[in-house]
Amino acid sequence: MIASQLRSMWLVFKHLFRRNVTVQYPDQKPYLAPRYRGRIILTRDPNGDERCVACNLCAVACPPDCISLQKTEDPDGRWRPEYFRINFSRCIMCGLCEDACPTYAIQLTPDFEMCEYDRQNMVYEKEDLLINGPGKYHDYSFYQVAGKAITGKDKGEAENEAAPINIKSLNL
Amino acid sequence: MSTPIWITLLNIFGVLIATVILAAVLTWGERRLLGFWQDRPGPNRVGPFGTLQVLADMIKLFFKEDFIPRFADIPVFVLAPTVVMATMLIAFAVVPMSPGIGVVDLNIGLLFVLAMSSIAVYSIILGGYASNNKYALLGGLRAAAQTVSYEVFMGLSLMGVVMMSGSFNLRDIVNAQAERWFIMPQFVGFIVFFIAGIAESRRTPFDLPEAEHELTAGFHTEYSGMKFGMFFVGEYLAVILISALITTLFLGGWHGPWLPPIIWFCLKTAILVAIFILLRASLPRPRYDQLMKFGWKVMLPLALINLLVTAGVLLWTA
Repeated sequence: MIASQLRSMWLVFKHLFRRNVTVQYPDQKPYLAPRYRGRIILTRDPNGDERCVACNLCAVACPPDCISLQKTEDPDGRWRPEYFRINFSRCIMCGLCEDACPTYAIQLTPDFEMCEYDRQNMVYEKEDLLINGPGKYHDYSFYQVAGKAITGKDKGEAENEAAPINIKSLNL
Repeated sequence: MSTPIWITLLNIFGVLIATVILAAVLTWGERRLLGFWQDRPGPNRVGPFGTLQVLADMIKLFFKEDFIPRFADIPVFVLAPTVVMATMLIAFAVVPMSPGIGVVDLNIGLLFVLAMSSIAVYSIILGGYASNNKYALLGGLRAAAQTVSYEVFMGLSLMGVVMMSGSFNLRDIVNAQAERWFIMPQFVGFIVFFIAGIAESRRTPFDLPEAEHELTAGFHTEYSGMKFGMFFVGEYLAVILISALITTLFLGGWHGPWLPPIIWFCLKTAILVAIFILLRASLPRPRYDQLMKFGWKVMLPLALINLLVTAGVLLWTA
């Protein structure tokens, strides 16, 4: 009995010469992968236009229902959110909104330091979420690959898109 | 007295301030050492190497609400934490730290220390009783039962040393170890006293009165603010006192080559304190009945046999 106690004391003592496992966080930051699921952003396409088309798929996918947005339409035919609001005090950083997004607009970033003294400050509006870059997908531009007509790009003019067919001209 | 009054005063205040400061610093030192033994740095952010953590904790404790539960026995509740600190500080008076340092030179110094450390247990029992809380009462009960079981062999384990040096005076005991430390002939006594000392200072593995996992905080569950702080300083003072006593009684006190006596004394004491902390870091707490059984069925007979053999050898050689 005594021998085993002495042995465990010796084992513990040997740890004096081991390296600490502690990461001294505010001084030493851990490496976060680019695809880490942290603070959510809204990105722009390479031309600097908003990618979000206010399709609401992210709001539907969101398990804690923390995303709320309202669609509006620009005179040129583009859809975009009138407001886009994420309540980060509810957000669980699951990334399902990013998966659901058809336009790569909503993305998660490797940033988790979002403490606030006031709970209301955890509610991010569109101007807080929107960044000036394309995020993880540099070249993607929804309106350049989609069949939606906007001013300056009619149907059939998108990349790899065939010209539209007049159905009534088909003699079947 | 032939020594001038200012030397006596210097001794008194030097020992008092040094022990209180050491006990306070030990709260940081223990957490730091525990940290190293658990592969983490421990408190290292306040001041250089975290040394000002002590100050930060003190400020925090002073500004905490000093809560006295209305169901408590108030006079006893207030008195209890002062007892442990006072008795431990008084006990330091007879510990000779070096040939010139030491407050009093009592001819019954050893008995005095034992008496004072026994009175300190009242602090635990009274604190547990006065809190009027079930956890605290259980802690107090355990303290009482633990005291009964280890005080006996604690005293007996030291009788071998007393017989060999022929004195209860701690200074004489140290002087008797000039050639040979008592740990050699009295190894069993050393072990028994060390184990009793752990129980006396209520440190893991014998921290049953406190037992955070079963009794929340045991006897000091209801204490907060500086009263809680006094219990803690008392516990650390007890650790230092027991270490200083072991140094004095078994490890030759200030005797040692090359270095000045006070350095030797502090070094030996510091190593013993570190062993106390290592014990806390590595050993689990025994069950309550196991502790009692261990005390009465192993330690007491061991102390008695040690006493008998020492007496026999002394008579044989005399």
